[in-house]
Amino acid sequence: MLNEWQPTCSIEMLRLRAQVFNDIRQFFSARAVLEVETPLLSHSSITDPQLDFFTTDYCSPPRQHTLFLQTSPEFAMKRLLAAGSGSIYQICKAFRNGEAGRFHNPEFTLLEWYRVGFKLPQLMDEIAELLGVLFNGHRALNPTQRFSYQEIFQRYTGLNPLEFSYQDYCAYARDNHKPEAVSICGYDHALWLDFIFSHNVQPQLGKNAVCMVYGYPACQSSLARINEYNSQITDRVEVFINGIELGNGYYELTDPKEQCRRFDEEIAIRQIRKRPASVKGKHLIAALEAGLPECSGIAIGLDRLLMLLANSASIDDVLNFPIHRA
Amino acid sequence: MASYSTNEFKAGLKVMLDNDPCAIIENEFVKPGKGQAFNRVKIRNLKTGRVIERTFKSGDSLEGADVVDVAMQYLYNDGQFRHFMVPDTFEQYQCDEKAVGEASKWLKDQDSCTVTLWNDAPLSVSPANFVELAIVETDPGVRGDTSGGGGKPATLETGAVVRVPLFVQQGEVIKVDTRTGEYISRVKE
Repeated sequence: MLNEWQPTCSIEMLRLRAQVFNDIRQFFSARAVLEVETPLLSHSSITDPQLDFFTTDYCSPPRQHTLFLQTSPEFAMKRLLAAGSGSIYQICKAFRNGEAGRFHNPEFTLLEWYRVGFKLPQLMDEIAELLGVLFNGHRALNPTQRFSYQEIFQRYTGLNPLEFSYQDYCAYARDNHKPEAVSICGYDHALWLDFIFSHNVQPQLGKNAVCMVYGYPACQSSLARINEYNSQITDRVEVFINGIELGNGYYELTDPKEQCRRFDEEIAIRQIRKRPASVKGKHLIAALEAGLPECSGIAIGLDRLLMLLANSASIDDVLNFPIHRA
Repeated sequence: MASYSTNEFKAGLKVMLDNDPCAIIENEFVKPGKGQAFNRVKIRNLKTGRVIERTFKSGDSLEGADVVDVAMQYLYNDGQFRHFMVPDTFEQYQCDEKAVGEASKWLKDQDSCTVTLWNDAPLSVSPANFVELAIVETDPGVRGDTSGGGGKPATLETGAVVRVPLFVQQGEVIKVDTRTGEYISRVKE
């Protein structure tokens, strides 16, 4: 192709991106949230069995080290929080290997922020306020919606996401012309939830509105805290607009033992699935041992946010050089 | 045959699914940030022509299907089979009515068309996008009518019936778009 050197997005889109960055910085500056920058390269990696990282070689003769490109700035930012930074935010690149599609580019831009002293409901208020500011003047949104995962899952599928019933889930898949779900998901509850949620629930969420889904099933807790009143759910929130997943937030886990246990569990799953070996974040564990303040945090995908602001059908329309032109 | 992983599923790729040869139409990568990645794929079954949607776990693979499109010339109908020939090699293939399907109403002896072969056996036949066929039967037109509204049915030499403008007469040769079944123009002899 003759025009392969050119950006896939318009010059107008470069301006929109700059404006969004500017609006974000003003929003947090007015709230005394500190902008920080953390390394993209790290000696440790995530252990999440669903994520693939990029690795690179760091040469400092005579030795050579494997370094990992971050899949999110979460670990480094939590180390800053434990060191007493107070509330912080960051706009940075994150990298996830193998993820490419209409809504994915292996290198993408995140806004991640942490609020010391916030529980999940306060963070959700702030997410709604920030998105309100960013959409203002671009697109009028309907009022923000908040649903518990159980409520919204049950509404669209009639299934209870918190109790795994193999029979019911299989019957649902067959009734909805997705018999392949049975062989894909087997007896894996979390996998069933991923399948059904992404096919039958997510596309319905947030018709021209911010839709926040909180209280994820405990088997999908990731780095969130288990709810103090109901051990079946976790204090995790996801943000959707027009069925597009925009962000994922937690009332952060602060217990180093629990964190270590989850890491080990995930490493074991990675081994079973023969995924590339990960290196446990020992600095994060040490930071949690020293004491992570009570806080909530979230990451928002800024490329997808731009897609929604500009009504774009593909992430290529908002990136200047997506992976195939990078 | 090689096998193909979900990230190689591009439009047009021919794969085996449920023992039938299929063509990929569309492939969408679906991944919850913290969850399992899937590929939602639209696939056409090349035997039945039906389009289905199927979800795969990302990284799963399908066996490739030995399906090729070959330009051939239609020779004749022996009553049971239709016979086709590859012009370069004179190699001949016979197709039953099931494989010929809808194409039968556009096929005239000596016309070129595309025969899709699966493991070297005819799977389907596609006529050329445009064919020129003679009208064997149509009502006489009204004098003075040059074009426009309504039209009338006309039966072509292959048996197909298309709507033609009123001025087009029996015995004339017309050009037809086989994808829509619409009349395009008269063909000057």
